[in-house]
Amino acid sequence: MVENENEPFFAAIEDGRLLIGRCGACGEHHYYPRPHCPKCWSDDVEWVDAGGGATLYTWSVIHTNDLPPWGGRVPYIAGVVELDEGPRMMTHIVGAEGDDLRIGMPLELEFVDLDDELTIAAFHPA
Amino acid sequence: MPRRVAVIGAALSDTGRVDEKSPFALHAQATRAAVADAGLTRADVDGFASNGTGALNPIEVAEYIGLKPTWVDSTGVGGGTWEIMAAHAADAIALGHADVVVLSYGSTTRADLKNKRRLANLNFGARGPVGYEVPYGHTIIGKYAMAARRHMHTYGTTLEQLAEVAVSTRYNAGFNPDAYYRDPITVDEVLDSRMIADPFTKLHCCIRSDGGCAVVLAAEDRIPDSVTDPVWVLGHGQHVSHTTMTEWEDFTAGPASVAGPIAFEGAGVSPEEVDLACVYDAFTYMAMVTIEDLGFIKKGEGGPFFASGATRLGGELPVNPDGGGLSACHPGMRGLFLIVEATKQLRGDYAAAGAPERQVADARLAAVSGTGGWFCSNGTLILGR
Repeated sequence: MVENENEPFFAAIEDGRLLIGRCGACGEHHYYPRPHCPKCWSDDVEWVDAGGGATLYTWSVIHTNDLPPWGGRVPYIAGVVELDEGPRMMTHIVGAEGDDLRIGMPLELEFVDLDDELTIAAFHPA
Repeated sequence: MPRRVAVIGAALSDTGRVDEKSPFALHAQATRAAVADAGLTRADVDGFASNGTGALNPIEVAEYIGLKPTWVDSTGVGGGTWEIMAAHAADAIALGHADVVVLSYGSTTRADLKNKRRLANLNFGARGPVGYEVPYGHTIIGKYAMAARRHMHTYGTTLEQLAEVAVSTRYNAGFNPDAYYRDPITVDEVLDSRMIADPFTKLHCCIRSDGGCAVVLAAEDRIPDSVTDPVWVLGHGQHVSHTTMTEWEDFTAGPASVAGPIAFEGAGVSPEEVDLACVYDAFTYMAMVTIEDLGFIKKGEGGPFFASGATRLGGELPVNPDGGGLSACHPGMRGLFLIVEATKQLRGDYAAAGAPERQVADARLAAVSGTGGWFCSNGTLILGR
């Protein structure tokens, strides 16, 4: 759900940019982006563009999901990736079958229109 | 001087297929049976804790049952909630804020699904942190499957070994007449069942049943003479970890790896001394990693341990001797059933009832570990007689 705090994040995705948090005090990145740094509690945080590179931490090919709108989309690959900046991100793996995947493989960011309303930041094998 | 606290009553409501009763009726049935089991009456109960129904829980449940408690808890951290409620209750009783506390649970998940009152996959909403993950349709099973894949990658755990968790649990269920599924299964049957979220097939996942249960905790000076086998709360630990998977540091260690050692330290016992474990087993991997997290075995040894038969009734460490959520009873949130089974085992209820094959022989210490959400939370209790 888009609400005040996350509106810039979802607006950026519509523009083809993935925003993550970067703390000016401790230098760490975080995802999902917050107005404060969850690692050192500094308010000196800016939301910056992720570079787009990642590695695959783990995945699952989802075969069953009766929550709308997912029932019509199975099977799809839900994955957790490790962004080059450090934080992990829940995402979709596209452009591959489950059998093509291995933990640690390099991935690249890609924006996918799920439907007329929703664009997601997904990843495909590099 | 803090008072010692014991579980002195434990009871199930109707379980399995319950088409005639509401969740509230199951709460009431289990609560009244547990209080009777403790040799107490409604007037003795001054504390009540529950969760899992609608708004203002547990007030509406207490009202339905007919209780007006002066101590209350509605902790909501997923299926392991009741282990943390038991810890809260034990502390409150120890310090004199309550004397006799009932924990209760009731759900008609199976009947609700059958009658299309809910969908199979739970909708956790999309406001706040979870809103960043909802657009990816991960599902709870998918999250557990992703975690299992990390364990397989890191430790060489195989799908066959994970399937052994389901096989072991079904073996135990075979001795429990109340278990939903009792016929033995094989590793091949687990692997060949319908794929839900790769690599998890249907038999890697808990069943969906109906059911309720309740336990009674009391101060040592409030235990009736009729109760000769109090089950003491010796130690407890709790931990909350994450709601978004991206904030979970290591998918091969659950929150029990933090809560468990706290509970053991509080009890002053070590895992080697424990006779049985009741752990939340919504999925095969969940039981396996929790047994590792609690320190019964080293990290990565879960696969061979379950495959060895050690976790079956009669084995070195029976795990979920009632058949667990994988085979016996899982109506949505299983935490309180773990305490009921551990209590009955420690009291020797099954041997006394003429079912020695279901009894963990001479059980004196039990570890009860309830994990909630998707490894989001854990409450661990050490119970003993």
